[in-house]
Amino acid sequence: MKEMRYISPTGMIGSGFVESSFKRVLEANPHFIGCDGGSTDDGPYQLGAGKPMFARQACKRDLRILIGAALDKRIPLLVGSCGGAGGKINLEWTWEIVQEIAREQGHHFKAAVIDSEPPREYLLKKFREGRIKPLDPAPSLDEKALREADHVVCMMGVEPFQEAVDNGAQVVLAGRSSDTSIFAALPVKHGFSPGLAWHAAKILECGAAAVTNRFTPDGMLCTIREDEFVIEPANPQMRCTPSSVAAHTLYENADPFLLYEPSGALETDKATYEAVDERCVRVRGSGFRKLPYTIKLEGAKMVGYQSIVIGGVRDPVILGQLDDWIASMKKRIIERIDSIFGQDMKGKYHMNLRVYGRDGVMGPREPEPHRIGHEICLLLDFLADDQETAHTMAASGGHIALHHPVPEWHGLISGVAFPYAPHVIDRGPVYRFMINHVLEPATAMEPFRIDYRRV
Amino acid sequence: MAKLRTLARMIRSKNAGPFELTIDIMFTDQPTYERVKKSGKVSKEFIAGMFQIEPAKVKLFHYDPAYAIKASVPRYTVSGDPDETDVFAGQQYPQLVDLEIPDS
Repeated sequence: MKEMRYISPTGMIGSGFVESSFKRVLEANPHFIGCDGGSTDDGPYQLGAGKPMFARQACKRDLRILIGAALDKRIPLLVGSCGGAGGKINLEWTWEIVQEIAREQGHHFKAAVIDSEPPREYLLKKFREGRIKPLDPAPSLDEKALREADHVVCMMGVEPFQEAVDNGAQVVLAGRSSDTSIFAALPVKHGFSPGLAWHAAKILECGAAAVTNRFTPDGMLCTIREDEFVIEPANPQMRCTPSSVAAHTLYENADPFLLYEPSGALETDKATYEAVDERCVRVRGSGFRKLPYTIKLEGAKMVGYQSIVIGGVRDPVILGQLDDWIASMKKRIIERIDSIFGQDMKGKYHMNLRVYGRDGVMGPREPEPHRIGHEICLLLDFLADDQETAHTMAASGGHIALHHPVPEWHGLISGVAFPYAPHVIDRGPVYRFMINHVLEPATAMEPFRIDYRRV
Repeated sequence: MAKLRTLARMIRSKNAGPFELTIDIMFTDQPTYERVKKSGKVSKEFIAGMFQIEPAKVKLFHYDPAYAIKASVPRYTVSGDPDETDVFAGQQYPQLVDLEIPDS
């Protein structure tokens, strides 16, 4: 193959794209369509709770258009990190949507569903063998933590995608995968330079993010050849420039020169970026250093249930002594929690009293921790082992905050303005990312299981 | 002197995974990029001060093709932990916005 063309229709299934842009680049007769389906950006909840990041209807709309186009063109559709986190529940959620689309549209095809959440015994065995190693920084990990995690996924490389396509899957739904593996899998399989293939994949994985003017989520077309790849925005009103494409190489990576992938590292130090025309950019010179195969692990563990209270303060008398008012309020809330639950509760819950308009965004890193404006927002949050306990704390905490006195006003004040009734909001379970480690597998396929299904 | 906000086309912070945070400062043209790079004002020490960490924990890069300065640090909390203030780490760069850069 001299040239391979492929489309990334958007940065993430469910975030949307302009249908006419997608149709326009389909005319280039691509060899495959790839799309990322998840992210850890939104925190540990998707993995921990098995919930998607985007809503079902939004994901269904995007998948309906992509599946229709892939079947029509007889090309594979590769979807990575299905359902937000790529865990078993997230993956089956996506498969359920795909089945529904197939029923409604009268589609029949072979699908590959790639499970990236291996049995816990497998991970424990690898851990005992010293085949799970910490990245920097990493939380400490032991067998107990590994056993008690709610979900642990393995981030796949290109191999499971390649095998699924080799076995005739037209739609590949993958569990957790590196964003780039989705787009590097088939170019690497067809013998294109791994440096170029991985670099192109890095540019494509966020859809149209590498343009100068991304006014709406949209797609990108890539054409890879022996010694170059060319990037073209799907939307005719969007433009790529050499600096916009180079800039995307930096995005969400700790190091712009070495980007680690399961099979090695993309080296961008010799990459050159050159304008083909007003909208397209050519990249050459990217390298790839093969390294011992490693698979990144992601894990989430529930840490409790949370309840919160949001309110505002506008009284200049209170604002004039805000730090003292908050400090004494906090003391009163702790005393009230002690009186309700007794001393046994000490150390078993977590309270935050945040002040937006002061240091809500940066916390202890705020360079101007004493400057406030004419109003502030108060956010109280309580984390406990069960929802009822957290709710009880938030209800008492909110009530104490509401009437917490200042010396200047004599009598009962109502010092906090609540925008919602009821003012206590139960947030449900809360999770924590508890692994930042890599696994050294015996083979690239070892942690993964491909299930072929027909609709 | 000029504030960094008047020289850069973009100053941003973002997660680089749940355990690291990365800052990108990007410029439209090479002379402006070189001016800021040579000023040495965006240093490991300055970034370390922002996050109250040791300068040795800061990775600092100059990516010439994108006219970009990049710094990566361990995240202040793991993304989404109970003391989180910014899940995407998107608002952790204000000290850079008004950083004074000397004339070249």
